Amino acid sequence: MEIKELLQKIKSISKKEINIMEFCGTHTHEIFRYGIRQILPENVHLLSGPGCPVCVTAEEDIDYIIALSEEYNLGIITFGDLVNVPGSLGSLNHLRAKGKEIKVIYSPLEALNIAKENPNKKYLLVGIGFETTAPNLAYTLIKAKEENIKNLYFLSLHKLTPPAMKAILDMGEIKLDGIIGPGHVSTIIGRTGWKEVFEAYRIPFVIMGFKPEEIIRGIYHLIKIIEEGEPKLLNTYEKSVKEEGNKYALETMYKIFKKGPANWRGLGVIENSGLLLKEEFEEFDVRKIYPLKIEKKPEKNNFCRCGEVLRGVLKPTDCPLFGKACTPENPKGPCMVSSEGTCSAYYLYGGE
Amino acid sequence: MEDMILLSHGSGGESTRKLIEEEILKYFGNELLNELYDSSIFETSGRLALTTDSFVISPIFFNGGDIGKLSIYGTINDLSVMGAKPLYLSVGFIIEEGLTLREFREILKSMKLASEECGVKIITGDTKVVEKGKGDKIFINTSGLGIIEEGMDWRGREIKEQDVVIINGGIGEHGLCIMLQRLGIKTDAEVKSDLAPLNSLTLPLLKISSGIKFMRDPTRGGVAGVLNEIAQKYNVEIEVNEESLPIKSWVKSASEILGIDPLYSANEGKVVIIADKKEEEKIMNFLKAHPLGKDAKVIGEVKGKGRRVYLRTRIGTRRILDPLKRDLLPRIC
Amino acid sequence: MCLGVPLRIVEVKEGNIAIADMGGSTLEISTIFTPEVKVGDYVLVHAGFSISILSNEEAEEIISALGELER
Repeated sequence: MEIKELLQKIKSISKKEINIMEFCGTHTHEIFRYGIRQILPENVHLLSGPGCPVCVTAEEDIDYIIALSEEYNLGIITFGDLVNVPGSLGSLNHLRAKGKEIKVIYSPLEALNIAKENPNKKYLLVGIGFETTAPNLAYTLIKAKEENIKNLYFLSLHKLTPPAMKAILDMGEIKLDGIIGPGHVSTIIGRTGWKEVFEAYRIPFVIMGFKPEEIIRGIYHLIKIIEEGEPKLLNTYEKSVKEEGNKYALETMYKIFKKGPANWRGLGVIENSGLLLKEEFEEFDVRKIYPLKIEKKPEKNNFCRCGEVLRGVLKPTDCPLFGKACTPENPKGPCMVSSEGTCSAYYLYGGE
Repeated sequence: MEDMILLSHGSGGESTRKLIEEEILKYFGNELLNELYDSSIFETSGRLALTTDSFVISPIFFNGGDIGKLSIYGTINDLSVMGAKPLYLSVGFIIEEGLTLREFREILKSMKLASEECGVKIITGDTKVVEKGKGDKIFINTSGLGIIEEGMDWRGREIKEQDVVIINGGIGEHGLCIMLQRLGIKTDAEVKSDLAPLNSLTLPLLKISSGIKFMRDPTRGGVAGVLNEIAQKYNVEIEVNEESLPIKSWVKSASEILGIDPLYSANEGKVVIIADKKEEEKIMNFLKAHPLGKDAKVIGEVKGKGRRVYLRTRIGTRRILDPLKRDLLPRIC
Repeated sequence: MCLGVPLRIVEVKEGNIAIADMGGSTLEISTIFTPEVKVGDYVLVHAGFSISILSNEEAEEIISALGELER
């Protein structure tokens, strides 16, 4: 169905004032890039949830990486966006300015080459990302073990999406009528990966792709389900998302990782929401090899309200720092740093 | 061990003299430079343009060029887009100890070919060498002097509603090519920087059309950056049409993989032109017939007074196209 | 970063590696999560790994969309 037709159908069926939330940084970005909010009816409110893995990285984790690098002279290998996220004293970029090596990679397998090509240096590979990315890092560690690489260590900052969704729904700060399911996390965990959340909360849930046509079509289906009053868990991204997801990726992920607590910026510590290294891969676990206690710094109040933005309670434009003290060149929090962050998207695309 | 540039080469003594006479003059030599006076003296008159640029790109050799070629074309382009015919260049090298002589010669050769192609002479220069770790292989500064002939100075022509925005070809190529190379992603010959000298394009164009109101080469910050500069400087609202943007398919794929919009990616062989709508056909005909303008497109228009740039998306909605506020990746120019 | 890009497989190598066509450049990817992949298949690639094999219908859509770009 063409976009025009879909929009007409949406207009004709959408009566209620509803809040729908997306949980994927790429959805946040694409919705802004194509100005999708402008063409939806006014009674439909699109909220952005904690869908950007970089944005939900706790300040302490950045501080920890910096402390590890300085104390043990480790080079850092990670994905691009993490490099600009501010910790309490600075970002990984500041490490680079102090002469420490920071290597940005596209594929985590690159880390193996970097380690092999520089046998006299030690590196910390920081694993960041949700279920879409974690299997890639898991496989990288399997290869590292196979190839007997001794100068590469790993820190998992990986988090799982369903627990975050549950936390937001439990907090009940906003009345959520429907959920836009992340297309690529779903490619890994399948439609079944959401069954638990769906059954527990009976909230209309539609998995959708990322092209504007796919998003609008998905939103149409979501609105239809909401208006009909019978909650459903629907997959409209069948071309990539199978019922059971990608079993190879899931198997690999759980070969290396086990579930454990994780510290989410804006949400606090959530049980079973993070991926930790299993004992069999302890040799790579930087927390075990290079133990480091960092004193929990007293909450430095820099007035950052990313937490509320991530929970969908505060619009970036309503944050007092937005566009003034907090800009992409001088971000006060991760929502403004990451290219997928809500504040960054609002800033870049004019929040219209 | 391969021959290398050492600290002594920059000390001003015998080694420096040898480097200049046996290497640099061999490639750049001309009657002015060969004298090796502290300043080179010449006479000229007319409206002159002077520009300078420093080049710190890494990697120094990339698909489609190298830092040497870039240092020549980059400065030529800064003159060309202002309507100035390039005359003379100065070249300053800051070399990190350890750069191989082979690499240095390759860069010199590249610069020689580039300057000959553009009809410019390098008439003065300087060479310094810094200790290992205090530089990154080589940094180059070039300054360029050009002369603006009658009718070629587009400054002062008012930008108005309905003026068109034109670009001479595909966007985002240089920036994305460098990023792919930096991330170690292997590419085909087709993936290369769009590095090219624009003087043979902009100067004749200014001669045939007096309706050109603004020209700039969209390097760092990309096309989005330049359009925002125009909007702010002249208080106009510009709307870009997403569907009309010329983008090569490898650029599109790379931009999706890396998450970087081609509108923000650097270009080194492109010029953004604002022109009177009445001149559109004439300008497009000229560009399409030129080797550097085959893929030229009208990509937008000036909507009237304002301060911002908007994008009309391919689904018909309109959104703001703000300038990029941070480095996509450091040192791509 | 979360981006998944559809690319066409042009060569399948040993050790679950394949070469994908980026329309002018090629990208070496790991196919460990899509071991049944064959030359000509379109896959969704995320951070250097293919995470799903796309259907023929979707592949055709991609080809026609790219075709429009070669103006």
